Amino acid sequence: MYQYDTLDKEFLADRSAEFRGQVARRLAGELNEDQFKRLRLMNGLYLQLHAYMLRVAIPYGSLNPTQLRKLAWIARTYDKGYGHFTTRTNLQLHWIKLADAPDIMDHLVSVDMHAIQTSGNCIRNVSADPYAGATAEEIDDPRVWAEAIRQWSTVHPEFTFLARKFKIAVTASPKDRTAAKTHDIGLHLKRARDGSLGFEVMVGGGLGRMPHIAPTIREFLPANRLLSYLEAILRIYNRQGRRDNIHKARIKIVVASLGVEEFARQVEAEWEKIGTAPDLPDTELARIRGAFAPKTFEILPAVSEALEAARAAEPAFARFARNNLKPHKQPGYGIVEVSLKAIGETPGDATSEQMEAVADLAERYGQNDIRVTHEQNLVLPHVKLDDAPAVWKALAAVGLATPNMNLVSDIIACPGLDYCALANARAISVAQNIAAKFADQDRAELVGELKIKISGCINACGHHHVGHIGILGVDKKGEEFYQLTLGGSGAEDAAVGQALGPALPYDRVAGAVDTLVDVYLRERKDGERFLDTFRRTGVAPFKEAVYADAN
Amino acid sequence: MPTRIRLLNGAFALVEDPFTTVDDDTAIPPGDVIISLTRFQAEGERLLAECRKVGVRLESHEEVEALTYDLPRLAVVALVFPKFLDGRAYTYARLLRERFGFKGEVRAVGDVLREEAGYMLRCGFDAFVPADGSTPEDWDRATHRFRHVYQRSVDGRSPAYVERGE
Repeated sequence: MYQYDTLDKEFLADRSAEFRGQVARRLAGELNEDQFKRLRLMNGLYLQLHAYMLRVAIPYGSLNPTQLRKLAWIARTYDKGYGHFTTRTNLQLHWIKLADAPDIMDHLVSVDMHAIQTSGNCIRNVSADPYAGATAEEIDDPRVWAEAIRQWSTVHPEFTFLARKFKIAVTASPKDRTAAKTHDIGLHLKRARDGSLGFEVMVGGGLGRMPHIAPTIREFLPANRLLSYLEAILRIYNRQGRRDNIHKARIKIVVASLGVEEFARQVEAEWEKIGTAPDLPDTELARIRGAFAPKTFEILPAVSEALEAARAAEPAFARFARNNLKPHKQPGYGIVEVSLKAIGETPGDATSEQMEAVADLAERYGQNDIRVTHEQNLVLPHVKLDDAPAVWKALAAVGLATPNMNLVSDIIACPGLDYCALANARAISVAQNIAAKFADQDRAELVGELKIKISGCINACGHHHVGHIGILGVDKKGEEFYQLTLGGSGAEDAAVGQALGPALPYDRVAGAVDTLVDVYLRERKDGERFLDTFRRTGVAPFKEAVYADAN
Repeated sequence: MPTRIRLLNGAFALVEDPFTTVDDDTAIPPGDVIISLTRFQAEGERLLAECRKVGVRLESHEEVEALTYDLPRLAVVALVFPKFLDGRAYTYARLLRERFGFKGEVRAVGDVLREEAGYMLRCGFDAFVPADGSTPEDWDRATHRFRHVYQRSVDGRSPAYVERGE
């Protein structure tokens, strides 16, 4: 894992000192709330319905145990003893007092953390494959480039006041766990025939009111030219991004209105003029790469006797292993998914006690490595299969062993009306109702992979457009209604979902999902996921069943 | 006489502004003036022939490339921030310095706030008309807040990756 050096640490200390000064000016009345707003939003501090919310950056979703323990301690000391992991792999603390915020920032800095660029119209926290360094699928470690982007984008002099926020994801596997094509820029690391590394560059994805799947503007960009190419894209965007209409301000609108070919042509022309000045020298790339050197793994048999014995003895563990234990590149190791989607709980929430338990496990069994996924779960990427039963037991003791990865109850939901001033409708309780319908684990496993994503308003923070089943809360004359879409995906087979029909009232949503699942189970052919069946049959059988119920 | 904050030899100072900023509906007074791009395109030639200094005020929606041909004859390019959130002028300033080699004054006007001092300095601005009553001391503090930077830019500061190698 990348270790912050003196330079990185001093940078964060300076930033925290600046923030402390700004808060002091606000508390002393030198700044009114309006003047303070633009300052606090440079450091992830939002004013929400009930209190200040602080969004802590977790660059490319990567944490060490010390950091996670500190987050747990901050949540217990300054908040209500829990935090919320977001789809940008950040952590939100929802009940912050303004006077405490500077101290919280200093505590974050003490473990090399911060809240830089977690809000505002700048380059936001970069995300990367949560299985980086652990999966056999990847051709190289995407974190090297995510870290390079983190540094390059930090307090960038030219690109901190863009037309709108800007999100970048990096993946290096054919199976996309970052939703790269829904990002402003998605980068897919590839190897050319001659063995050299490069990126497929996808630009102009995004959700919100007008969902777009990012088209590819360059098939292969030599990896060491990444930063100059990003600079070219950002410069085109800074100049041409619309500033007259906040809903048309993302880069997806620039790409769509110019057309992909013309946009790509302009980027290439600008890139040529920029030259290599912004690119990192090979020595710096090598330094960063060294920080992500592969872990030392023991030579172990591919099959663990301890694991197989536990499977046979404990059906509950067998279920956990089936759903939450993923293949590792190293024989005898596994990737453990820690579900933050316990039935009846808020998706993405973790208590301080739970965070500490995961930190302990990472230390004891997981090579000090923890990841946050954009699907709002945690990952222990390097666990010996022999240790998996012990990890499971410890997770179960704190309510973190829900065996539902990628199943119907592994739902993405935004905070919704319960927390967010923008929301039209609740999202969390809809997720809870659906999860409760599928509390029977056998049935959930029978259904298999099914990604449900819920947003409480058109801004689409819950990514509903790319849910296999997407659910969007709307306000109809003061009542909460929900529009359902089917067939979306944020992965390598990215697509925007298709509307099912008229919006449904709050109390009919979970039942409708149940009906959709019944249709799928009736219609599916061998090996088809819900998404595959829908793409084959189209919307008709699903629509008929849901609205027949209504009559 | 009006003033602006100037960066001279690395120090900020409040200095008198010899330029009169003239809008499009006002007759051009004698002396050095800053005028709009449209007016410059119509009257620039005549004004320059009168042996006075001329600057152009570029709105954020105008293309900086429109000036390149005339840059050696301009004393000032004033880049407008209609609101601090509109960051197009950062790109224009950078292009003026890096790509077009402009050596004259690049002035920040409009919604110019001390919190943005660091970004402006790094992009090549060297004159500032603050909208928040801030002083040269405020600008000095604001631009010395960070001991390190992560990118190459116009100001010539060594980015972190260069510092690390030293």
